[in-house]
Amino acid sequence: MPDAKILSAPLVLEYPFSRTVGPVQGAFLTGLREGVVLGVRGVDGRVLCPPVEYDPVTSDELSELVELGEEGTVTTWAWEPAPRPSQPLDHPFAWALVRLDGADTGLLHALDAGSPDRVRTGMRVRIRWAAEREGAIADIACFEPAEDA
Amino acid sequence: MTDITLPAALRDVEPVRSIRTPARLDYTFTAGAATSRFLRGIAERKILGERCGTCGKVILPPRGSCPIDGVPTTEQVELPDHGIVTTYCVVNVKFSGSAMELPYVCATVLPDGADMGLFGMIQEIPFDQIRMGMRVEAVWVPDDELTTDLASIRWWRPTGEPDAAYESYREHV
Repeated sequence: MPDAKILSAPLVLEYPFSRTVGPVQGAFLTGLREGVVLGVRGVDGRVLCPPVEYDPVTSDELSELVELGEEGTVTTWAWEPAPRPSQPLDHPFAWALVRLDGADTGLLHALDAGSPDRVRTGMRVRIRWAAEREGAIADIACFEPAEDA
Repeated sequence: MTDITLPAALRDVEPVRSIRTPARLDYTFTAGAATSRFLRGIAERKILGERCGTCGKVILPPRGSCPIDGVPTTEQVELPDHGIVTTYCVVNVKFSGSAMELPYVCATVLPDGADMGLFGMIQEIPFDQIRMGMRVEAVWVPDDELTTDLASIRWWRPTGEPDAAYESYREHV
């Protein structure tokens, strides 16, 4: 049998999942929609952000939500030179763990810094809110440097 | 559940209860030589299987080799666009991208002379009257819509002929 040209075609697999978020993550996401970031106080007094429903050490239920600042400190980061279509920014950026003012743990998000030369551990950053917010982590469009360059 | 105390600004707004978390994978599917031959046949309203030279079975859709003997298939076989339903399921859950009215039936259709079935939908009969062994024929899209895609067979419909006896297709269930 002679072989003609081999056919190929786009094939997209998409699973349209949704999930319920529970009382604590629900409050966190409601806060993002309203432009407020919440953490939760753990049994040892530390404030965890993003908040969790159960204490990571004792497994106790947690309920004390704490309002945090819109600025924070980069605790660690990695440069993303080639963002994929679903990622927060369409140009190179840093993935950063940001310890928001009032929190004791880091929130992972994109930092729009322009170049890796402008990112350092310990730098101050602030939230850039999305123009339209719906109660999702993307309500924070990204972080941006809060200091003068 | 422990009561959550919300900051004042969040007490009177609609709470977020769920989030959308779609998972999406973008592939380019490459059909391979044998399946490309099959799909070019489909675009001409032909169902082309390929026969194994060792066991004699007609593989459909052809993958270029026999899954039983592991040898290349050697002979192209044109099959008729009618056959029997060997197995089926009733779909009651809508999924994105499907315009089918619920419930509908997906089936494996074994064309006469083939030893493997094609996936397809059964229409033009109430879903609860479909049965194993029912004889069906392909309903093709109009000529100007034929493509190298199995969707060129819109669905299968009953021919009204007597059902095939189970013994005649038990090897294919």
